[in-house]
Amino acid sequence: MSSPMTSTASGVTRTAVEVRMEGLSRRYGSVVALDNLDLTVQPGELIALLGPSGCGKTTTLRLLAGLEDADRGRIDVAGRDITRLPASKRDMGMVFQAYSLFPHMTVKENVAFGLRLRKISPAKRDQRALEMLDLVELVAQAGRYPHQISGGQQQRVALARALAIEPQVLLLDEPLSALDAKVRAQLRDQIRRIQLEVGITTLFVTHDQEEALAIADRVGVMQAGRLEQLASPTEVYSRPATPFVAEFVGLSNRLAGTVIGSVVTVRGHDLPLVDTSIPAGAVTAIVRPEAVTMASDDSGEAGPMTGTVIASTFLGATSRVTVDLGDTTVMAQLPTSEAATLSAGSRVTLTIRPDPVLVSADSAVASEE
Amino acid sequence: MAALDQPLDIAADLAGPAAARRPGGLRASRRRRLNLFRWVVFAIFGLFFLVPLLSMVRFSLEGTTPGSWSFSAWTQIVSYPGPPPLLSAIEITLELAGITSVVMLLLVVPTMIWIKLRAQWFSRIMEFLCLLPLTIPAIVLVVGLAPIYNRIERYNTSALMLFFAYVILALPYAYRALAAGLNAVDATTLSEAARSLGARWITVMFRIIVPNMWQAILNALLLTVALVLGEFTVAYLLTFVNLQVNLFEISRSTTNAGVLFSASAATLLFAFILLLILSYAGRRLRRGRP
Amino acid sequence: MAAATAAEAGAPRVSAARRPPLAWVGTVPFLAYTGVFLLLPTGIVIWNAFKANTGSWTLANISALNTGPVRSAFKGSLELCVISSLIGAIFGAILAYAVASGSPDGMIRRLYLAGSGVLAQFGGVTLAFAFLAAIGPAGFLIHASWYSNFPLGIGLIYCYFQIPLMVLVFLPAIDGLRIQWREAAESLGGSTWHYWRYVGGPLLAPAFSGATLLLFANALSAFATIQAWEDQINYVVPQSIGASFISEVGLANAHQGDALALGMIVMVVIVMTGYVLLQRRAARWQR
Repeated sequence: MSSPMTSTASGVTRTAVEVRMEGLSRRYGSVVALDNLDLTVQPGELIALLGPSGCGKTTTLRLLAGLEDADRGRIDVAGRDITRLPASKRDMGMVFQAYSLFPHMTVKENVAFGLRLRKISPAKRDQRALEMLDLVELVAQAGRYPHQISGGQQQRVALARALAIEPQVLLLDEPLSALDAKVRAQLRDQIRRIQLEVGITTLFVTHDQEEALAIADRVGVMQAGRLEQLASPTEVYSRPATPFVAEFVGLSNRLAGTVIGSVVTVRGHDLPLVDTSIPAGAVTAIVRPEAVTMASDDSGEAGPMTGTVIASTFLGATSRVTVDLGDTTVMAQLPTSEAATLSAGSRVTLTIRPDPVLVSADSAVASEE
Repeated sequence: MAALDQPLDIAADLAGPAAARRPGGLRASRRRRLNLFRWVVFAIFGLFFLVPLLSMVRFSLEGTTPGSWSFSAWTQIVSYPGPPPLLSAIEITLELAGITSVVMLLLVVPTMIWIKLRAQWFSRIMEFLCLLPLTIPAIVLVVGLAPIYNRIERYNTSALMLFFAYVILALPYAYRALAAGLNAVDATTLSEAARSLGARWITVMFRIIVPNMWQAILNALLLTVALVLGEFTVAYLLTFVNLQVNLFEISRSTTNAGVLFSASAATLLFAFILLLILSYAGRRLRRGRP
Repeated sequence: MAAATAAEAGAPRVSAARRPPLAWVGTVPFLAYTGVFLLLPTGIVIWNAFKANTGSWTLANISALNTGPVRSAFKGSLELCVISSLIGAIFGAILAYAVASGSPDGMIRRLYLAGSGVLAQFGGVTLAFAFLAAIGPAGFLIHASWYSNFPLGIGLIYCYFQIPLMVLVFLPAIDGLRIQWREAAESLGGSTWHYWRYVGGPLLAPAFSGATLLLFANALSAFATIQAWEDQINYVVPQSIGASFISEVGLANAHQGDALALGMIVMVVIVMTGYVLLQRRAARWQR
């Protein structure tokens, strides 16, 4: 197994490690939080665990950190079984969602805390702490207290503190969820940049799919304690393995259709199937808004794909237009310049681009968001 | 990884591999240790707090020969001659509790609401004044009250006049309870809404705000009653006779008079029942609302 | 004043000419009442402390505080307060931790809160009787020879209300210890000991010290219990004050009691100031 060697900012070479979780299960009373999870994080990789609350992503992280015990299963780090090791001996750096900085210590003291526990001399502690603060660009705040700096800055300090002890694995538990949107985007990129620079194996938990898609090497979509799909961001987005993934990642339209052979007929369009083994019959097809194009309709004819624009949501470069087709509503995502000409009330005709679509048998129309 | 010593996590070391092999692992065993600690603590403290109470009750049920059982101490509560008779001291104390509560509520609640709605700058002052009795305790206050009560006694020598002082003594506890309740009510928004619908200030106060503070008011009531039932210092030094003073006098003349213990137990029981009633009433009031 | 501006901003729009005078009115009853029955007596005490029998100003009352029986009363107060507040603080903290580490909605916490409301006022005279019944000369449990010992016997009795007070005051501080701090310390390699030594302990220290001071002030002010326990000897300052009241024999200084009361005020103010300062320091870290 390849172990990438990378340098940290201070020029020390480190060897990234593999994290392997096998058969992890955890239940709280009658609630199954994790159901036989298998997950391997490659050395130096950043995996984002994505899913709604209660899906088990945070439980996975906490089991890995040692903050919870697994009922069953095994965790190996760098080939060594750490399942029964207490959290304080696991050599992992963890960044919590919020409020984890020690309020009575300055920023620098916070970052140096792990080093202090390891009996590193004050001089070396200071030096390393300042290095880490430099990495997150907060050297100027070294003497401040947590309540004197902003939420985004606090999370950066938390990151510096976690990395200061040179852990083998970096764990992030929804670190951006408590922050403003703008800070979130900036910090997200910064975290990814630092993670790549340090080359550390990382597990990142979030419920925000945009975050997950933006920074991960691979995304693990979870639901009800199970891993629905583990693949690269592009794959998860464009080739979702299950209806849940298709629903959760990106927006989707659910349209009735019929499977005939290897295509599904949706409102007059024949679309290729992702999974050609689906038996013929009535299904619900999942169509991405960006696969829907729209043109103004002056013909006055009614058809399965003609309707009226109900609403148009301006998202910047693109806009999301909602169209009422009479028996259902469809969302389309268009460049704003196009959408601008199609105001509410105008009659339009829709076309679906022939990308492979995911379908689910009609009885399995379940997931609510 | 650098060496980490955990010198004082002895129990975890002792538990060692055995704990690790147990289903649930180290965190569960830590939780178990914590629970053991908790139950030991509760047992010990429970005993410490219960034994004097139980002893008191046992004494109150003792007859003339040690070890016997008798209700005589309890019947004596109503029949103890005094002077003055215990029963009259009980009556006076209960009346005092009532008067003090009413006066205190009438004085404090409207003022607090008024301040919240129309004179917020005063709230600091009110808080200071309400908490001042904690710093000027009863034993000190009574020294300064003596000349004032000399004046009052020219008009009325009844022990019921004690309510003037008792309201002050109850202020810190009542204020805290009422403030918590008032803060939970978004008074400004509610009053603005009511006023925009045409309500007068009085209406706002008594029909809008106060009903939302019932829990806190009952709380303050209970604290005040409990305080009056147990008050000794001011009454004793101003030479009034209330329940506690009466019991004190009895104890000076007959050290182990059974009625001391039965009366004490009765007072405690009364306070407890009051607590139950008020908390039950509080819950029903809450449920009654849509 | 900022509060005034805020009040003006928040108050509904009444004609400006009528608003300011009306706002005063609501505070008058309360001010008048506390003025007469709280501030006036305090003023009287302070005023009279410096007055001699003849009505002229004097410091004799104050200097008399340094004489034999009064000095021993101050010493006794100090002993009793230190013992009961330290023991009450330590055991109260242990009990508070036991309560806090349980589930927030659990039965234990609710039971405790309900019980403390009642027990808080079970003090005074009846408390002395209860202990008399338990460990007094005819004690039901045992006859503890140290029951009538000062300060140990009465100190134990004081703990009966000091411990619940400690739990009441200190529990919020323990609740304020965020679980993330514990977990962060662990994930950084700290054991339980490390957590308490570097994080939990330092964070709780101001609240603990403050609560201890509050207990001290509480013990200082107590009168009924110790009077019922032993009224023939003036062990503590409140009893000296009480004695100066009841005494039929004319005291050398008619206002000795006032001077004693003033002495108590000074002591309590010092202690309470310390408490407030420490509370503020502790609050700084609870966002």
